[in-house]
Amino acid sequence: MTAVPEAHAGLHLRVAQHAPIPLDAQIDCAPGETLALVGPSGSGKSTILRCIAGLHRAREGRIVCGADTWFDAAAGIDRTPQARSTGLVFQSYALFPHLTALGNVTAAMSHRPPAERDRRGRELLHRVHLEGLEARRPAELSGGQQQRVAVARALARDPQVLLLDEPFSAVDQVTRQKLYRELSELRRTLALPIVLVTHDLDEAAMLADRMSILHRGRTLQTGTPREVRTRPADPLVASLVDVRNVFDARVVALAGGVRGLGWQGRLLEATVPSHFATGDRVAWCIPMAGVRLKRRDRAVEPGRENPVDGQVSECVTLGEDTTLALRVDGLPSPLWLRLSTHIAERDEIRVGTALHVCLLAEALHVMPWRDAAEGTDP
Amino acid sequence: MDGTALVLSLQLAAATVVLLLPVGIVVARARAWRRFTGRRWVEAALALPLVLPPTVLGFYLLVAFGAGSPLGQAFEALTGSTLAFSFAGLLVASLVVNLPFAIQPMQRAFEAIPDDVRAAAACCGMSPWRIFTKIELPLAWSGVLSAMVLTFAHTLGEFGVVLMVGGSIPGETKTISIAIYDRMQAFDASGAATMAAVLLACSLVAIAIAYSTSRPRGRAAA
Repeated sequence: MTAVPEAHAGLHLRVAQHAPIPLDAQIDCAPGETLALVGPSGSGKSTILRCIAGLHRAREGRIVCGADTWFDAAAGIDRTPQARSTGLVFQSYALFPHLTALGNVTAAMSHRPPAERDRRGRELLHRVHLEGLEARRPAELSGGQQQRVAVARALARDPQVLLLDEPFSAVDQVTRQKLYRELSELRRTLALPIVLVTHDLDEAAMLADRMSILHRGRTLQTGTPREVRTRPADPLVASLVDVRNVFDARVVALAGGVRGLGWQGRLLEATVPSHFATGDRVAWCIPMAGVRLKRRDRAVEPGRENPVDGQVSECVTLGEDTTLALRVDGLPSPLWLRLSTHIAERDEIRVGTALHVCLLAEALHVMPWRDAAEGTDP
Repeated sequence: MDGTALVLSLQLAAATVVLLLPVGIVVARARAWRRFTGRRWVEAALALPLVLPPTVLGFYLLVAFGAGSPLGQAFEALTGSTLAFSFAGLLVASLVVNLPFAIQPMQRAFEAIPDDVRAAAACCGMSPWRIFTKIELPLAWSGVLSAMVLTFAHTLGEFGVVLMVGGSIPGETKTISIAIYDRMQAFDASGAATMAAVLLACSLVAIAIAYSTSRPRGRAAA
């Protein structure tokens, strides 16, 4: 067993249990880093956050923050929420309804001398752009303002770690965009680990330095948002990060000693990692951005472009982007690609249009093959 | 107007409220948030005084207070007097009878506090006692006040159990409701009317207070 280095700054968590919610998670978050826990509802994201805050006790595991051990099942250590220095922003905000905005913030300042609390509380409310609203009760504030009070209250404890449980889910789209900008700004000034729970991949990509994909309480893959979304560890992660183009293939030897993929009677140029043997069954994926419309006036560049022909079976325009499903002969599921709407309009692409596309070899990612059912059923 | 009976009733009601307040808060919080085996049976037992005929309840209390019961013997050994037909016995009976009136409004009030709010208070570093005094009690205050008012009014008006357990000893166990009954038995309608009016006024004020405090706190002030 490898010990977590005691003096290592930041938050380290490893928890495991079978019931009531299965957990098998490991996360690390450095000071100044924002880690997003991403997964569908019921994947255990909030439970992990509650484990960190001391509101849920896992059967096994260890939670260390800086030099403090907050939880160690083997050693019988389980600090109360009061004895852990966490700032938690609840999904529902959980503000104290009978206290003013300032009262909510100063309620978390029992560690400071009473004379300082008022000034510090006003400072924090100023920092979240709520100056002038100190005397309002939560019910007299808008959703966005309530969220800001919750953030100020979480910071009021001078926490060692900031925990955000889907903090943007209860506000409208316009407010959310504004709060995103504010949080990005705020997190630059905070030198503590921030753990953000969200089910929104774009939110995670926008706000987090790294993201951890959770499924049924298990952390499947942790990496930068770009890494996880373009290089998912396996087909299950690919499906969880909404990579739609996931297919099965076999590793084959191509001409010239290079290896590629044999896929539905086609040969694909791809970078196949050395741990896959020729003949292995593998899965591969490609982000929609890696599927390019082939220009009719240009010849195929040999080696790095994998031409595929198909027919548009679905066409959805959302603002500046148009998403297309391409039906390809012999494929059980369509190939998805995204175009700028003006290109789709210029080329008169609609359902039924025959298209020639290329699969960019550098965007094509090879993963271990796994039956989709294996990942979804224990 | 029997002043002694009125004072006795007020003393009984006040003592019942004072003693039931902490008991009620502890039981109501436990019932609102704790899950334990046999919870349903405990709930049923606590609600029993609501449905049991007062004479039946009074009968069992008298049996429990009697010189043959452990409770009666213990009380007599400690104080030298009997529980039955005494103010102390009346108070014990009153506590039992009022349990559901005290607990239920408090329980509803504590149940209405979201779990996350209490968890947030713990995450803010507040001690359990501070969470209770600064968060729970202010939020559940209307329910606690309702419970106190209802208990007070209900004690003033209790008749059946009081008659069974206390008899009608002037200055010791003769409460205002029993005095009203006595006056009517003696064909003193005007004496009964005055006392009835006093009880009516008390009850009306109690209900008005209970209703006016049932508006949850934290809503925007009108």
